Amino acid sequence: MDNKTAWAIATARQAATFLASLALTFVGLTAVTFFIGRLTKIDPVLAVVGDKASKEVYDQTFLALGLDRPLIVQYALYLKRVLSGEFGISVLTSQPVLSDLLRVFPATFELATIAIIIGMAVGVPAGVWAGARKGRWPDHIIRIVGLFGYSVPVFWLGLVGLFFFYGKLGWVSGTGRLDVFYDDVVTARTGVILIDAAIEGEWDIFRNAFSHLILPATILGYFSLAYIARMTRSFMIDQLAQEYVTAARVKGRSFWGAVWRHAFPNIMVPLITVVGLSYASLLEGAVLTETVFAWPGLGLYITRALFNSDMNAVLGGTILVGTIFVGINLFSDFLYRIFDPRLTAG
Amino acid sequence: MSETLLSVRNLSVAYPGRSGVTHALRNASFTLGRERLGIVGESGSGKTTAGRAILGLIPKPGIVMADELSFAGEPLLNRSESDWRKLRGRRMSMIMQDPKYSLNPVQRIGQQISETCRLHLGSTRKDAEQRSLAMLEAVKIRDPELVYNQYPHQLSGGMGQRAMIAMMLVAEPDLLIADEPTSALDVTVQNDVLRILDDLVTERGMGLIFISHNLTIVSSFCDRVLIMYGGKIMEECAADDLKKARHPYTRALVAAAPSLDEPRAELATVVRDPAWLA
Repeated sequence: MDNKTAWAIATARQAATFLASLALTFVGLTAVTFFIGRLTKIDPVLAVVGDKASKEVYDQTFLALGLDRPLIVQYALYLKRVLSGEFGISVLTSQPVLSDLLRVFPATFELATIAIIIGMAVGVPAGVWAGARKGRWPDHIIRIVGLFGYSVPVFWLGLVGLFFFYGKLGWVSGTGRLDVFYDDVVTARTGVILIDAAIEGEWDIFRNAFSHLILPATILGYFSLAYIARMTRSFMIDQLAQEYVTAARVKGRSFWGAVWRHAFPNIMVPLITVVGLSYASLLEGAVLTETVFAWPGLGLYITRALFNSDMNAVLGGTILVGTIFVGINLFSDFLYRIFDPRLTAG
Repeated sequence: MSETLLSVRNLSVAYPGRSGVTHALRNASFTLGRERLGIVGESGSGKTTAGRAILGLIPKPGIVMADELSFAGEPLLNRSESDWRKLRGRRMSMIMQDPKYSLNPVQRIGQQISETCRLHLGSTRKDAEQRSLAMLEAVKIRDPELVYNQYPHQLSGGMGQRAMIAMMLVAEPDLLIADEPTSALDVTVQNDVLRILDDLVTERGMGLIFISHNLTIVSSFCDRVLIMYGGKIMEECAADDLKKARHPYTRALVAAAPSLDEPRAELATVVRDPAWLA
């Protein structure tokens, strides 16, 4: 059996494992969210009809929601509805939860993606540098900057950032995703304004959206940067102590050549895990940042739904977040196999 | 021994630390021509440190001092990083202990050997590949094309060490430091690898420093032997004359090694005298 066939078989087997684990995770996720939803003291009928409804209306809704049937049957029905993409109506917005999610998620996606790009582009080189120069001044500076990132509350940083860069310097735009007069100019094809504007060639809108995005994204990116840099540093210190790094230097590689060409490819697998987890947690929405910047994202949506006992919205949001986590884990697994030959080749 | 390759006089390596300075190597002096010099000693005796000091690979904050440390007539102390890059791999090289750790796990063997060519010989991709394949053949790998495309984890220890030898010798250095090249291998494979190393060193007329803790291998493989203890050279003697060694430490080491010619029920214990390090 040649290498290609072996690779194809390994890939197929892994794909099957992925799908099985995806299905299992999904059942677990929906079960947990469903039963927690039913076990809370929140009365789903009251959430729909309000507390001033008459007894008849209440009973009618109770039956209409299927609440008289056994819990397990209710779960099966719920699962069936979820699988057909039906998450119910949000009490708070009177809209289907699915269309709410399709509206808020792109906002979060846009923010999280720019944030993780910043976090990676700065955090990884900073971590490599700190690890390679362990105990010397670059290491100390990066540690202090990172420590600041950990310790400062994000809402404070957001307010201070708005005050300086929007209020005093005018370098960026203020809160929201766009200036008011640009609202609804471009068709929401993807909901990600940067992409929608680029599709229609509306570069003014693109620039405006970017200037709204860059400050919250930088602030979020700063927090993931601090984490990514710290982890990269410790992975790097591990690898630089390995003999193959010395061997590379014996062959005549420079110190930085050995760092980037030999040690760095060896930290890819743990690094992908760290970046993947950071990205997933950014995608579940950042409530505080979204609040400060009036960013209509997923975090804000789920939080509002929770405060208003809007169970359909909460369950829908939770399933979305869970799916994101599973999806990113699958994608990380796929990347591991590209970067580490030990996972595929005989 | 017509030409002196390496000349070492009073070479010391020290690591300053919180609890004082650790002297890893103290005032070692020796010279090396195009011959085989063995360095033997127990763990922590400074033999590996000596090898790395010659290659300029003592990590900070280690300090290297010497009255003389020269290679082919050129001083090695305080050389610039770019000088070192031209020396290492091209003119002096090192084979390390365990191929499991000294080969980069995520690079193909071929790529790792070609790297040496491309760094030093200005080889094109094609040329580097040819040289690497020839080198893999020279270390007696039966299917060079296959191994060229394999990753280190797909090779056995013996094969890995051959690939290591190929990688370190492909640019034809004058001096080779072999730091316990067979300690991580099975006894049966040890001999194969040693023979390959022996042939290449003889064929190319290299100077070899063979670092080991195995007296038997060293005495059969080398011309001269340095015996080290506690960072100091205790004694230097011809490999054939180990039995006639004068220093009590060397005599104790020889006495402690089991021998088929003179089987003994109980082996001697090495007794160390702190006065040796004074």
